[in-house]
Amino acid sequence: MSEWLFFLEVTLAGLGSGALLALTALAYVLIYKATRVVNLAVGEMLMLGAYLFFAFAAGWGLSAWIAIPLAIIGGGLVGGIVERGLIRPMLGESAISVFMVTVGLGSVIVGLVELVWGTDPRALPAFIDTSPLFLGEAYVSRKIAVAFVTAAIVIGLFLILFRFWRGGVALRATATDQAAAYSCGINVPGVYSAAWVIGGATAAGAGLLLGAIGGISPVMGVFGLSALVVVIVGGLDSVLGALIGGLALGMIQSWTSTYVGGEYTNVVTFGIMIFALMLRPYGLFGTHEIERL
Amino acid sequence: MIIGTAKESYPADEALLTTAPQRVWMTIFVIALIAAPFVLSNYWLYLACLAMINVISATGLNVLTGYTGQVSLGQAAFMAVGAYTVAYLERSLGTPFLLNILAGGVIAAAIGLVVGLPSLRVKGLYLAIATIAASFILHFVFVNWTAVTNGNSGATLAPATVFGIELATYDRLYWLIMPFAVLLVWGAANLFRTRIGRAFIAIRDRDISAEVLGIPLLRYKLMSFAIASFYAGIAGGLWAYLFRVVTPESFPFLTSIFLLAAIIVGGMGTILGGILGAVFMTLTPELLRVVVDLASVFVPDAATLLSPVRTIVFGALIVGFLILEPRGLTEIVDRIRRFFRLWPFRT
Repeated sequence: MSEWLFFLEVTLAGLGSGALLALTALAYVLIYKATRVVNLAVGEMLMLGAYLFFAFAAGWGLSAWIAIPLAIIGGGLVGGIVERGLIRPMLGESAISVFMVTVGLGSVIVGLVELVWGTDPRALPAFIDTSPLFLGEAYVSRKIAVAFVTAAIVIGLFLILFRFWRGGVALRATATDQAAAYSCGINVPGVYSAAWVIGGATAAGAGLLLGAIGGISPVMGVFGLSALVVVIVGGLDSVLGALIGGLALGMIQSWTSTYVGGEYTNVVTFGIMIFALMLRPYGLFGTHEIERL
Repeated sequence: MIIGTAKESYPADEALLTTAPQRVWMTIFVIALIAAPFVLSNYWLYLACLAMINVISATGLNVLTGYTGQVSLGQAAFMAVGAYTVAYLERSLGTPFLLNILAGGVIAAAIGLVVGLPSLRVKGLYLAIATIAASFILHFVFVNWTAVTNGNSGATLAPATVFGIELATYDRLYWLIMPFAVLLVWGAANLFRTRIGRAFIAIRDRDISAEVLGIPLLRYKLMSFAIASFYAGIAGGLWAYLFRVVTPESFPFLTSIFLLAAIIVGGMGTILGGILGAVFMTLTPELLRVVVDLASVFVPDAATLLSPVRTIVFGALIVGFLILEPRGLTEIVDRIRRFFRLWPFRT
């Protein structure tokens, strides 16, 4: 019985980190859906968000409840600036070039963070109660539970917004057919900016949840690579894929590191990705792109 | 076609260097390559060796990414395969170093074939991400296959010896690395004048059209992967002889980005671009070190700023070149050449 309970606890912890993966994956999906850009700098934008929170909460001594919105707004601002400054001039270039711009951007962000805050890992000021939480008999870390609930609410909110909000519909229209969206009077450049702003804010939010659980350091951007696996497996343009893929990968990683060994996590993660790519090149829930000559 | 270079025979048309200035510059360049070990200081010779290793690897990546259009972020992992092969052969079998380096290239090429297999189903960004996955899986193998790689503590190896002379100093290693670099770059330049090279370019420009024209996509894509990995394997093998210790962290994921950045900065799809980019990206960190040394007079702890500043400049170079000069340093060189073509009659 206790073995089963342990398995349940491991699974719950996996679900918690899976929710964070799904939230980060959402930032990829949002940006990809609207602008067809795979933004490899999501991991670094996530890290920057966590550091912004650190600066506001620990540096300026603001209360966490003011610092959190500030950090999220900061993340959105970064997204907007990046879109206007770096992505807009690359309009019409090949997808690979834009991808490489985001790779370079990631490197710049890492360098800036190291320049300002140094390379040492730090702990975020606690803003989540640390007392343990019990689900039936299973123990769950409260931080992970809070992360799970927050991520679930945000993803649910996004699903509703895409369906009913005017801007969400505009975003879906732009994703389906840019020219048609233009001729319907949709402000396509505005949608681009909005997608990057919301994507940046989402990444920053995921960053401060992740930082609250595991502390922050300039290398925490590699979390973005795990989220990239989620997006590739789930489909680059599918919110549902990000949700299901994130939760599944979170649980698989948790099981692997508990029952097989921590060093196998990366291999299993990337092995799943290659397997999924070979089976379904456009992801489990992605739309198959038809190429025209 | 350049004004004043009418070709009267097929050999003239097929020549690699077509104009007199090109031949003059090439002669000067070859003389400089041969004279380098006699003039340069030890430190600059080390940089020259490192730059040439990067040139080999970047040229290989250029064949795959610049000419065939298959973006790979796994080039560093193939360098590691070459380096580990050389280290293993040198340590346990003691075979001659030339054989070791060639074996490094061949084994890297074999693994490149396997990694290239997803290109059958996926392309573009998805392929780039598949190669990221492959490089992380290879990293795992390097850490855990301790019998061959000696795990995290790394494999050390003896210097290469030729007729009893140990190639342990940089001026001797230069004579090992330079011929490899020249031969491999020359080979790559000639590759694109053959059927195979033309097929690569056709695949880059439109893979579906290439297939319609009778180019078997999978075979040529795999061939391109194998060639790129072969170059990387040779470069890794030379790297192993240069540093004489190989650890799983010798070739981090960042090196793959570095090499891709080198061909972007240099100019994708040109041989000159691979050379210029690799040399430029190797020397830039050194230039920054000089700048930081100068700044340390005014800034108290400038030395600690070096690493972040390098990271920022590295990223800014990629972004800046892609936005402002997408065709890279080669385009700048071409612009200078165009300026002097009719100089001083027209400027």
